[in-house]
Amino acid sequence: METILEVNEVSRKFGGLVAVNGVSFTVKKGEILSVIGPNGAGKSTLFKLISSFMPTSSGNVTFRKERISGLAPHIVARKGVVRTFQETTIFRNMTVRETVIVAHHLRSRANLVGYYFGTHLARKDEREFGESADEILAFLNLTAMAHEQASNLPHGHLRALGIAMGLATNPVILLLDEPFAGMNHEETMRAVEMVRSLRDNRGLTVLLVEHDMPAVMKISDRIVVLNFGQKIAEGTPQEIQQNPAVIEAYLGTADESIGI
Amino acid sequence: MERFPSNPNLPSPQRGNLSNLSRFVQESRPTWPWLGTVFALILLFFVIPDFIASMRPEKQGLIYYQFTQIALLSIAAAGVWLTFYIGRINIGQGALCLVGAYVSAIVQVKLDVSYWLTIPLAGIFCVLVGIVIGWPILRLRGVYFAMITLILTEVAKLVVLNFPIVTNGARGITNIPLPEAVTLFGFTILPEFTADNNRMYFYFLSMFVMVLTFIALFRLVHSRIGRLCKSLQQNEELASSLGVNLVLLRLIPFCISCFMGGVAGALAAGVQHNVGPSIFTVQDSVNYMLYCFMGGLGNLFGPLVGTVILRMGWNYLTAAGDYQLLFYAIALIILMLIIPNGVMSLSPVRIYQRVVGWLGNRRPTLNTVPHNRKS
Repeated sequence: METILEVNEVSRKFGGLVAVNGVSFTVKKGEILSVIGPNGAGKSTLFKLISSFMPTSSGNVTFRKERISGLAPHIVARKGVVRTFQETTIFRNMTVRETVIVAHHLRSRANLVGYYFGTHLARKDEREFGESADEILAFLNLTAMAHEQASNLPHGHLRALGIAMGLATNPVILLLDEPFAGMNHEETMRAVEMVRSLRDNRGLTVLLVEHDMPAVMKISDRIVVLNFGQKIAEGTPQEIQQNPAVIEAYLGTADESIGI
Repeated sequence: MERFPSNPNLPSPQRGNLSNLSRFVQESRPTWPWLGTVFALILLFFVIPDFIASMRPEKQGLIYYQFTQIALLSIAAAGVWLTFYIGRINIGQGALCLVGAYVSAIVQVKLDVSYWLTIPLAGIFCVLVGIVIGWPILRLRGVYFAMITLILTEVAKLVVLNFPIVTNGARGITNIPLPEAVTLFGFTILPEFTADNNRMYFYFLSMFVMVLTFIALFRLVHSRIGRLCKSLQQNEELASSLGVNLVLLRLIPFCISCFMGGVAGALAAGVQHNVGPSIFTVQDSVNYMLYCFMGGLGNLFGPLVGTVILRMGWNYLTAAGDYQLLFYAIALIILMLIIPNGVMSLSPVRIYQRVVGWLGNRRPTLNTVPHNRKS
């Protein structure tokens, strides 16, 4: 399988603290790769480095052999690497449908002047965005909420809205920031199905950062484990479950391991 | 009737009359702007002048002048509102007005250019100024942006005072001619402004520009750019993750705001026949912001409504003499406490509920409080 995202020896220092230390891995087209690790392992920092929301101290990230670290976030998004945020990050002053329509920004063919004066192309764009938004909302089971203020949505639907925004940008690889945080078992299993259907039905590559172990084990093709900013293991869920370094990172010592 | 079949698995959102009302307004969008424009034009160009014509002749000039001022201030306040729309508190609009006024005056007096040309010229010059200032400072947020813009008015004043060769320093430019007639193929498009009629003609001119401003703003807010601005106002990081070019999208509304400031300044220069370094002060810049707050930041007609209320109130309070500012401030504080989101945030439905609640001495019957399941 073709490698589309490559993380090469990426480091990030905050003063004397090394949050991410020389992490490398690759993401292949069409796979679901999870980055896990205990609290403070540098997952979120790594996530920001990959999506270029934070510059790297050293090392780089390449997408389809093209360097993306150091570029402005909107240019990275334009290339097809799109991140989602945690649930609280939404446009509170818009309805769900409006939010998803706005998220179609990258697909626009008319320019801003065209949108202002409502040229033929701009109107065509708007129509297509509306249809595409409805389609995405139906795909993520949000149709009933389409005209609700985004800030009024319950928990699980907010997460789906975040993913809907990501989908609207037509990404090649979608980076999900803790998509299962704060969900109960049932909600998590539903979200797992949703993420999997992104890959199966829409051909997306998914990279997710998460610390809900059962969900990660269920969903991932491969897992990268971080601890104290360093990569300590990489492999399939079965390999990770048996890896003594991972067990030690999560449970302290290996001898009293009770399985994950 | 439900527009969408509801999914039985999902809790159905409770919708109040308020959201139905706003949805009705949203969905009937194509007709009501036109009706509103026609209504506004009839009001401003026939009803109000007709009303003023019935007054004593010596009073008419003053009334026209006061209405003109309201129009000019609301154009500038509309610019401030637009920077609020991208989530920036702009207390520097007075600087742009001053720049616009001086550009218009200098170009007229020194280069002998027609007044009509100097209005767009002042706007364009202010856009250039806006690009130079906005590029570095628009990356600041919240109070930091407000602080920088707060000093702009004072900086503009100092610039005027320190370049007397161009600006005539503290004496200002006092010999601005009245606008001359414009004829095209023998037709008089714009009449000559004379000492007798200029108050009235300036009223029509500024009202025309004001209507144009709000039509342009309406179009902007309801176009895709408006939606993008709204997204910027909420969360810039999220917007940039969707591929929005933040630098460009902050700069465009800011420059439009500067254009409005410049045009308002140029019009003011014409209305007053003279410009000085203190025709627009920090006080004015703060006032524009207050007009926006008063009218409401959520509605694009907020600055207009706010200007009308506060400026007219200010004019009426001249009767209080020395205590004018005191009463004005007290009234402002009380109004802000009662309607913190501005006049335009008041909804007829909610007022009706309140009244029903008071009269029946019971809780409101209509549920318009947004249903928030996540407490």
